[in-house]
Amino acid sequence: MSEHSTYTPGNAVEKWLDDRLPIIRFSKEHLMDFPTPKNLNYWWTFGAILVMCLVIQIVTGVILAMHYTPHVSMAFDSVEHIRRDINGGRMIQSFHAVGASMFFAAVYIHIFRGMYFGSYKAPREILWILGVLIFLLMMATAFMGYVLPWGQMSGWAATVITNIFAAIPVIGNPLLELLRGGFSVGNPTLNRFFSLHYLLPFIIAAIVVLHIWALHVPGNNNPVGVDVKDTKRDTLPFHPYYTMKDAFGMVLFLIPFAWFAFFAPDILGHPDNYIEFNAQVTPAHIVPEWYFLPFYAILRAIDFNILFIDSKLGGVIFFGGSILILFFLPWLDTSKVRSGNFRPMFKWFYWLFVVNFVALTYLGAAPAEGIYVVLAKICTAYYFIHFLVILPLLGRIETPRPLPTSISESVLGKAH
Amino acid sequence: MLNTKTILAALALVAGLAAPAMAQDHSTPHIEKQSWSFAGIFGTYDQNQLQRGFQVFREVCSSCHGARLLAFRNLAEAGGPGFSEAQVKALAAEYEVADATADGGVRAAVAADRWPSPFETEQDARDANGGALPPDFSVLAKARGVTDAFPFWVFNYFTGYSEGGPDYIHALLNGYHEEAPEGFELADGKYYNDYFPGHAIGMGPPLMDELVGYEVAEGEAEVPLTVEQYSTDVAAFMMWMAEPHLAGRKQTGFVVLLFLVLFAGLMYATKRRIWQGIEH
Repeated sequence: MSEHSTYTPGNAVEKWLDDRLPIIRFSKEHLMDFPTPKNLNYWWTFGAILVMCLVIQIVTGVILAMHYTPHVSMAFDSVEHIRRDINGGRMIQSFHAVGASMFFAAVYIHIFRGMYFGSYKAPREILWILGVLIFLLMMATAFMGYVLPWGQMSGWAATVITNIFAAIPVIGNPLLELLRGGFSVGNPTLNRFFSLHYLLPFIIAAIVVLHIWALHVPGNNNPVGVDVKDTKRDTLPFHPYYTMKDAFGMVLFLIPFAWFAFFAPDILGHPDNYIEFNAQVTPAHIVPEWYFLPFYAILRAIDFNILFIDSKLGGVIFFGGSILILFFLPWLDTSKVRSGNFRPMFKWFYWLFVVNFVALTYLGAAPAEGIYVVLAKICTAYYFIHFLVILPLLGRIETPRPLPTSISESVLGKAH
Repeated sequence: MLNTKTILAALALVAGLAAPAMAQDHSTPHIEKQSWSFAGIFGTYDQNQLQRGFQVFREVCSSCHGARLLAFRNLAEAGGPGFSEAQVKALAAEYEVADATADGGVRAAVAADRWPSPFETEQDARDANGGALPPDFSVLAKARGVTDAFPFWVFNYFTGYSEGGPDYIHALLNGYHEEAPEGFELADGKYYNDYFPGHAIGMGPPLMDELVGYEVAEGEAEVPLTVEQYSTDVAAFMMWMAEPHLAGRKQTGFVVLLFLVLFAGLMYATKRRIWQGIEH
């Protein structure tokens, strides 16, 4: 989309640079002039908020790595050393730990926004797939980061999660040993997790660049979901309109962020992680961080054999499937209408799906006994039914409400 | 486009985001939340309480429990018990620490040393305590917590409740029974405690009334010499030991939040000004 470039080099130096590396032209096109639908609501500010989260994690993480010791006998104490003896260390550490939670809170809002407004539909399939890939990498990064403080939950999370891979036929055990660097979770595990935890954020950053590139080819989706017809009437330049709106969104997001980081830095974690990892003592409840709970509930829900597949492998298939299915969402949803606002039936099923997802989060932390087991099975089944049955069917049987002919028409028709 | 349903759903998501709900052991009585000086956004430690708690720790707990991350110098740091550097120096000199480079392998401690462990090895500690290992105190106050039933834990995210550790410690120290309830088999050398998971604890009741003599400064109110008082004081001290920079953190946090709220207001005004006259 270079036709909207209004850049003319201001002086000889800029002209010289523009002929060799047109970086100023590129920035002006993509960060300033980029035509953006004028009707984006505040749910659209989470893209910028997520970039901010990634930057906060990388900056605080690089500082933490200067003081952290990845060794089984020193890791726990070195994290305490950061909290106790480093100037401002308590705050940097809590910004990193709370930051992981806030990052996931923002990414879930971002994903659910995309789901409601159909942002994954043509021509934005690649944009969506790259997003799912980022989500997957975030999960891997967060999991490995959680292992680094080497508390009880760290070590046991590493044990339980790496164990999942052992269920895969044939390559399971060699893969398990490769991940752990041995037969059990120990020093080689901690070292490789530290190394990968430092590497993955930069891979995420690279995929974020692709994600934004894929966004800038078709341009933003918008709350009414109709394409931009007339750039002049339907869009605004990204700067100053959306730079300002996003910046306001970011500052607003920092308020709960700061609340947790300064006043309750441990509330999103688990007290057991203040006990150093001991492979001989299993905690009463091994609970992952809250952002993994929905998927953990799905993993645990499969406690029965399906034909020749035993429950362990079955759990892994459903667990993996619950994330992989997101890659196919653009083709599972058969409706041509993007925005949920114009889909009377989809709206209800969307919110049912949200409630179901929240229920899975709750069940992931509940003990695997009694009514919780039954509920987890129902919710797991519904999770998959939503994608495999409801979405493909809805597109065929639903009559969408009439769409506005353009963004500007919908904006002008809105009651104030 | 922002309807109430959207907002309700967002709230539900936030509530779901905060779901470390866990099994409540029904035979464990509810743990009463205490009122701590270090709770809330303006929380700071009570210096006198920390000094009393330190006295209980030193005279009672430290004969079995270590505190390997606590340095003597910490006791003189801002936001803590507020001992003077001279006091800390004199206190450290009363203890001996292992030092391979010193004559005979031991020397008197200095302010930079960490609190010496009461036992040389874990096995020594177990042998002296009937097989049980007295846990290290350094971060113990954060390694314990109180779990609230649904929906009460939801409110904790809004009040910033972070005092589950001291609440648990206070309850534990007051939760001993001379005899186990009928039908409960208590193993030899174990004691019955209401709040300890499984109820059979290896530690005997460590405190009793008038065990520690508090010195009262002239003109100050008398502090009761009771288990209740001792347990509150030592729980507060343990919280300080686990979270020594709490007061500074909260002070910074208040300024940061105040700034963010004002800044957000200015940002909103600027945003409105820029978007003025644009239908969107």
